Amino acid sequence: MTQVTDRATRLRSQAAAGISGFARNWLVFIGAVAVWELATRLAASVFFPPPSQIVTTAVELWFSGPASQLFLSETVFDHILPSIGRCLGGWAIAVVLGVGLGTALGRSRTGMEYVGPLFAFFRAIPPPTLVPVFMVLFGLGPGMQVATIIFGAIWPILLNTVDGVRSVDSVKVDTARSFRTPAPYWIGMVVLPAALPKIFAGLRLSLSISLILMVVSELIGSLNGIGHELISSQQQFDFPLMWSWIVLLGILGYGLNAVLLTVERRVLRWQPTRNDDG
Amino acid sequence: MPTMLEVTGLNHRYGKGDGAHVAVRELSFSVDAGELACIVGPSGCGKSTLLRCIAGLIPPTGGSVRLHGDEVSGVPDDLAVVFQDYSRSLFPWLTVARNVEFPLRWRKLSKQERAERAQEALDAVGLSGVGKKFPWQLSGGMQQRVSIARALASKPALLIMDEPFASVDAQTRFELEDLLRRVQREQQSTILLVTHDIDESVYLGDRVLVLSKSPATIVADLAVDLPAERDQIATRESAKFVTLRGEVARLLQGGPAAPETAAETSDEATATADAAEWEATEEAAAETGDSAKEASH
Ligand SMILES: Nc1ncnc2c1ncn2[C@@H]1O[C@H](COP(=O)(O)OP(=O)(O)OP(=O)(O)O)[C@@H](O)[C@H]1O
Ligand SMILES: [Mg+2]
Repeated sequence: MTQVTDRATRLRSQAAAGISGFARNWLVFIGAVAVWELATRLAASVFFPPPSQIVTTAVELWFSGPASQLFLSETVFDHILPSIGRCLGGWAIAVVLGVGLGTALGRSRTGMEYVGPLFAFFRAIPPPTLVPVFMVLFGLGPGMQVATIIFGAIWPILLNTVDGVRSVDSVKVDTARSFRTPAPYWIGMVVLPAALPKIFAGLRLSLSISLILMVVSELIGSLNGIGHELISSQQQFDFPLMWSWIVLLGILGYGLNAVLLTVERRVLRWQPTRNDDG
Repeated sequence: MPTMLEVTGLNHRYGKGDGAHVAVRELSFSVDAGELACIVGPSGCGKSTLLRCIAGLIPPTGGSVRLHGDEVSGVPDDLAVVFQDYSRSLFPWLTVARNVEFPLRWRKLSKQERAERAQEALDAVGLSGVGKKFPWQLSGGMQQRVSIARALASKPALLIMDEPFASVDAQTRFELEDLLRRVQREQQSTILLVTHDIDESVYLGDRVLVLSKSPATIVADLAVDLPAERDQIATRESAKFVTLRGEVARLLQGGPAAPETAAETSDEATATADAAEWEATEEAAAETGDSAKEASH
């Protein structure tokens, strides 16, 4: 009898804790949206449509397709998916290049001394300023956009990888050497795992840079994509539409980061400081 | 027995010019195959440096190390090292079992054979159920045993151990000492082991090399003529054992070695007291070292 009530109270308090956790995370957000709704309705400005209208527009825009396409509209296939593809494609290439080059340079004794200043210089160039250059080189289209994304996203990955692979603890270096660890095992089982926490920090930064550069390159020179649609809706004074693209970008940024965080948590499960969530 | 390891005129100096520190000076000795040699020396005298030179991890600034008659340059084949800093020597991203399997990865072994050998080694050090844990989930002594298991799993011809039993309790220590002697006889391996503990050096060793204060030179090379079968209680009580440990203690304090014949009647009590005193100072030194290490982290 007491056991049953015990469990009931425990369940209730767990539920309460769950709700309060959820509330902490989202209450302010929901409140802000409510205030936004109220304020825009009162102001009745054409530039600031209320969120409810933005959502209606967005749903109409994205989910008006036939059932055979999972209700996704043409817009999704013509603009959203190509944009995401370019963003992730460019980022993936930057990851491969950045981690590969970074590992090679970081483990070589003098590599960074030669290219370090060059990297510092390239990294200091704000990537959007290179859009005109890449436009001349690749013309309008995905080539230019992917090139811009790679150029912008590679530096945090590259430099963090260099940092990470250099920080391998000296006793672990000696341990691996004393077992005459062959190079592939040395890199794969010692150097990269040791560098992973730093590499992941670079990956997160570069992913958000990729998203920014995707939009910027599409705003300036593109025939399709989210950025292209955003600027053309603005030019047509279709403000609910414009806002719905902005909301989509927010969702994309949040979602991509959340996915990467989940991956990171899984991959770095071995870290002592992370054991509380696994 | 053929000579396994030959160290001649070994010198090692850290740094150059005024700031240079001579850690090892003109050190020569050899170890036969199948022998278990213990090295005792005061803290900071250069024991780890000596082992690192022998393992080919650092090139000595002078002299030579020969293994199987071949000059050592770079890490030689068929050797394993148990490092003094065991917690930093384990890979935190690999589970305990995978840590132990690590040196077997690139050998021609099936996955199952590899796992079996790792399990065997873990069983041998008394860590059967922890294979799936991560090293940082274990206590210090358990981590130390994992690093011993890893070295044993690779079945090296020469096993180099730097204070391998420093942080396990007395009971486990006894078990590990006996295990080491057993494994050594079974696998016909050669072991070079550094220790702080005089009793341990005499109990474990076929030979005890006593080093001087920094820079390390060899003060004495004592043969331990105890029977090959040793027993933690009986052997440690035997007159021969007590004499030997007294002799080692005296040598470490810088005194002359007592002549072999006189040793029997020469006050065993003093020898024991010497040894105890020496250990106390050593322990204190080790402790300060440890706390300094912790503070720097
Ligand atoms: N990488 C290094 N650079 C400069 N000096 C060093 C280095 N490593 C060790 N030394 C110095 O060399 C001496 C011998 O060090 P070593 O680690 O070999 O001593 P040890 O006998 O193993 O000591 P312990 O018993 O405390 O482990 C010490 O005085 C130390 O300060
Ligand atoms: Mg040492």
